Amino acid sequence: MNILERFDAMDYAPAPESRADADTWLAGRDFSRSLFIGGEWRASSGAKTFDTHDPATGKLIAQIAEAERADVDAAVQAASDALPAWRDASGYDRARVLYAIGRALQRHARLFAVLETIDNGKPIRESRDIDVPLAIRHFIHHAGWAQSLSRDFPGERAVGVCGQIIPWNFPLLMLAWKIAPALAAGCTVVLKPAEYTPLTAILFAEICERAGVPKGVINIVQGGPAVGEAIVEHPGVAKIAFTGSSEVGKRIRRATAGSNKALSLELGGKSAFIVFDDADLDSAVEGLVDGIWFNQGQVCCAGSRLLIQESIAERFIAKVKTRMAGLRVGDPLDKNTDLGPLVDATQLARVQNLVAQGSAQGAACWQPQGDLPAGGHYFQPTLALDVAPSNVLAQEEVFGPVLATMTFRDVGEAIELANNTRYGLAASVWSETISLALHVAPKLKAGVVWINGTNMLDAAVPFGGVRESGFGREGGHAGLRAYLAPADTSPGAPIVPFQPQPVQGSSETLIDRTPKLFIGGKQVRPDSGYSMAIADAQNRHVGEVGIGSRKDIRDAVSAARAAAKSWGGATGFNRAQVLYYLAENLSIRINEFAARIQNLTGVAPDAARAEVEASIERLFACAGQADKQEGRVHNPPSRTIAVSLKEPVGVIGIVAPDAQPLLGLIAMLAPALAAGNTVVAVPSPRWPLLATDLYQVIETSDLPAGAVNIVTGSAAELSKVLARHADVDGLWIVADADTARNAEEDSAVNLKRVWTSGGRAIDWMAVEGSAERFLTRAVEIKSVWIPFGH
Amino acid sequence: MNTTGPESTPRSQPTAALHHLPTSRSVPANAPANPAEPEKSQRNPGLHFDPRFLDELRAVNLSAIERRAATLVKRRSIKGDNQSAWLLRALALMDLTTLNSNDTDERVRRLCAKALHPLSTELRDGLGLGDRLIRPAAVCVYHPFVATAAQALHGSGIEIAAVSTAFPHGLAPLETRVREIELSVADGATEIDVVIKRGLVFAGRWQELYDEVQAFRQACGSAHLKVILGTGDLVSLRNVTLASAVAMMAGADFIKTSTGKESVNATLPVGLAMVRAIRTYHGATGIRIGFKPAGGISTTKTALDWLVLIKEELGRRWLEPDLFRFGASSLLTDIERQLDHHVTGSYSATHRHALA
Repeated sequence: MNILERFDAMDYAPAPESRADADTWLAGRDFSRSLFIGGEWRASSGAKTFDTHDPATGKLIAQIAEAERADVDAAVQAASDALPAWRDASGYDRARVLYAIGRALQRHARLFAVLETIDNGKPIRESRDIDVPLAIRHFIHHAGWAQSLSRDFPGERAVGVCGQIIPWNFPLLMLAWKIAPALAAGCTVVLKPAEYTPLTAILFAEICERAGVPKGVINIVQGGPAVGEAIVEHPGVAKIAFTGSSEVGKRIRRATAGSNKALSLELGGKSAFIVFDDADLDSAVEGLVDGIWFNQGQVCCAGSRLLIQESIAERFIAKVKTRMAGLRVGDPLDKNTDLGPLVDATQLARVQNLVAQGSAQGAACWQPQGDLPAGGHYFQPTLALDVAPSNVLAQEEVFGPVLATMTFRDVGEAIELANNTRYGLAASVWSETISLALHVAPKLKAGVVWINGTNMLDAAVPFGGVRESGFGREGGHAGLRAYLAPADTSPGAPIVPFQPQPVQGSSETLIDRTPKLFIGGKQVRPDSGYSMAIADAQNRHVGEVGIGSRKDIRDAVSAARAAAKSWGGATGFNRAQVLYYLAENLSIRINEFAARIQNLTGVAPDAARAEVEASIERLFACAGQADKQEGRVHNPPSRTIAVSLKEPVGVIGIVAPDAQPLLGLIAMLAPALAAGNTVVAVPSPRWPLLATDLYQVIETSDLPAGAVNIVTGSAAELSKVLARHADVDGLWIVADADTARNAEEDSAVNLKRVWTSGGRAIDWMAVEGSAERFLTRAVEIKSVWIPFGH
Repeated sequence: MNTTGPESTPRSQPTAALHHLPTSRSVPANAPANPAEPEKSQRNPGLHFDPRFLDELRAVNLSAIERRAATLVKRRSIKGDNQSAWLLRALALMDLTTLNSNDTDERVRRLCAKALHPLSTELRDGLGLGDRLIRPAAVCVYHPFVATAAQALHGSGIEIAAVSTAFPHGLAPLETRVREIELSVADGATEIDVVIKRGLVFAGRWQELYDEVQAFRQACGSAHLKVILGTGDLVSLRNVTLASAVAMMAGADFIKTSTGKESVNATLPVGLAMVRAIRTYHGATGIRIGFKPAGGISTTKTALDWLVLIKEELGRRWLEPDLFRFGASSLLTDIERQLDHHVTGSYSATHRHALA
């Protein structure tokens, strides 16, 4: 075309970003030695390699050294060797290294961007304007945290060697999200990039060599799932941080059960994009473009479920279609490309298959006209209309450019539809009415809510999910916490499971008493119809309690779920007064409870009384914190109010130990309640009478029915039912190691947040057993972004 | 621009069903690639004043619009031959303007000469333009120079635009403002750029604003009416959007951002809000309204950003002189320099290009 023809056409022409420098780098590098271990570039000990391809052409880019188990061992060893010096280095020393990495990334920003686009297929605009700048920001932001660590987190220190496994959708950015906080906290890392996208991590390691990162602090091993497994199973790793699919996240949860490894999982999503009738519709359409057609929809927090208010649905869909027709699918290195290819043929097949299934289930799938480029794994942006909530496109994460659309009638239905999912990563709310948007945001089951925006990410603002979208946060204060552990922990004695012995004699009560289960505010008999005898310290018969079973747990969880709204929705001040009142009522009966403890456990009278007093004090302390679960206000580099709110986890199962049977129960119960959770408690299996006495106190203390439920019985059996229950959000277990391990493994069913003492006793008066520790576990952090301006 | 088409007064058209805006007639984004002969746009007959239309347009989110404006220009890249073609398009969409208090007849004649021969022979040959005339769409002047420009441009096809209605503030009696239009038209102006009284927007006196613009439109007769909102004064994008809607309802052929005299000139977010209002009006009525950003557009980079914005938001059809103009004075020189660079491969200097 000559210039006059172009003048008439006014079309776009290819504007390719040069790949010359990237090609020079690729040609000059020996990828058979691309394992970065202890500061050295090593070949695979098994001399194995794997191929990485350009998704736009399918051509081979490089053959990368693939780590063997021995290489992972060497990497973990190098990280362990480097740990003491790095952990004990001054915050300033670590800050300077993080700063140097950030600046070095900045100096080579374009090479990183081009390489990322070649390896992943994402449009150069995105790698250049989003991925790389956010990665730079992450390192420079965390330099500050490194320096202020001891002031901001007194009594904490690096958790240890971290195994980090990252996905292929944002290779460099996810690397930054993993490595920056770990290094700031003083951890050393073994990181595995995704098999599809190994390149930018190699360039990153080269930069670290020059940025003064001590040898062994960052180790990068390449390869597929087997390498990931080797990291996850390695005994020298103290923490696993994983970003990827929920399916693999669940496997990691099972594999790490009983290992005492800290775990954070950032998994899949099916995030709602809610458009109310008073939204700026044209802007909401652009939000969708940034939400579901960003990175070809291969984004964990993609707004993949569009919920539109009925009154504007027709208009809005027309606008979306018009906009989709303007999206340009093509060569990702072309600066005019909006969508590049999907990362791999496997991913393309998966998306095609899900769209075919969705269509077969009744969805009307619409795509703009136009040919796709040949040779790459391209897929047209797709709008699925008439999607029923049961449709696979509404339920499953597609991880592709496919938008499922539904309508709602009112605010309540919008929230209900939004929360009708196993996932809970992100949500967008579009409305010009601030009171409506701020009404909806707290009600959404999601770790991140964007108001009149989407896919806003920043190093200062915590990111992460609830439900099967995983747990743990990345970014800011909360993200740093995930790489820290108490500095002074002395592990308690292993807990030995209680073995019931034949009980002597009979109770000497004036009138026979039947302690019951306490479910939904009522005393109920166990569904099993069985009871067990309880003995005192001299093995004399003191009473009989019901043997709770799975059905009792089922009923208790239902009751707790029903109460979650009233108790979790009550004001903190209201909860505080109820918990103060509980402490008040327990104090009235201090002698009775002390006598019971003394009689059952055989401790000295002073110790028994001290346990009751400590329990009252703990209730009092948690009551005082109920109205102080305050979030944070962040400072991202945009005109935005970004706040993180602390919300209750939801329904929490608590399995309390035999030791200090009253305090052990209350030390977990009180913080859970203070934060607004409802509880299903399994008290000490040996001395449950303290708990059955306690429900009489609870009954007089204005707690709403179902806020606390008590099921007596076998800790091992009941914790298994709790762990497998999909409507339990959190589970805290102080019991023997097998019970703890099994619960961690079983919890993978819905990825509930499990905390166990690792089968060891807890000192309730030390930091590890403190109210502060449990209050931190009792909340989820939700980040809410509110861009403003007029 | 067609200045001899049949006239219809604004009130002769029935009111469109505005509250439930039809969606089937939204702008096709993939409009014909080469509308060398675009279908003639019907002149805007206007609509009865309908406050419900304003309700539809109240939701304007500044942050989201700023994000779109910032990323929009990074989503598209115009390079090489294409860049030269697009810059020629920018030239052809230009209202070459002089609006200074020290303007003289001679100054205006010089501007008209530049409009008639905007590119040197070397550049024209280098770009392969052959016989094709690529010139600014109009010359834009104050009323006293309309006759001078009309004489200088006679027979060229270049329109004569006059700023009017007590430009730039609009704070004269309605009677004299209307009379000013009539006098400019009588002197040969084919396009009239009027200003609105910003105070009517702040007060929400939409009916009054509607009535004034309608009076301007009637005074224009066959001359086309561009309504300048003075967006830098209006402060909020909601004001900009609502004022755009009232101007379109009252019969504006074009809506225009700025006089060039406000402290804030044409910005992309303001432009985005205005073109979205145009899109909504087109969706409701099928009528295409023109858009003219003005003030501060002096570099080729900025000009390309605007062209991308129009192509992305309104489509190819709008990149024609009957629907899009730049109000500019020094932009032309920068275009010449850039074209020179494309032809010679070396960067040029301002003094090598003939003054306007």
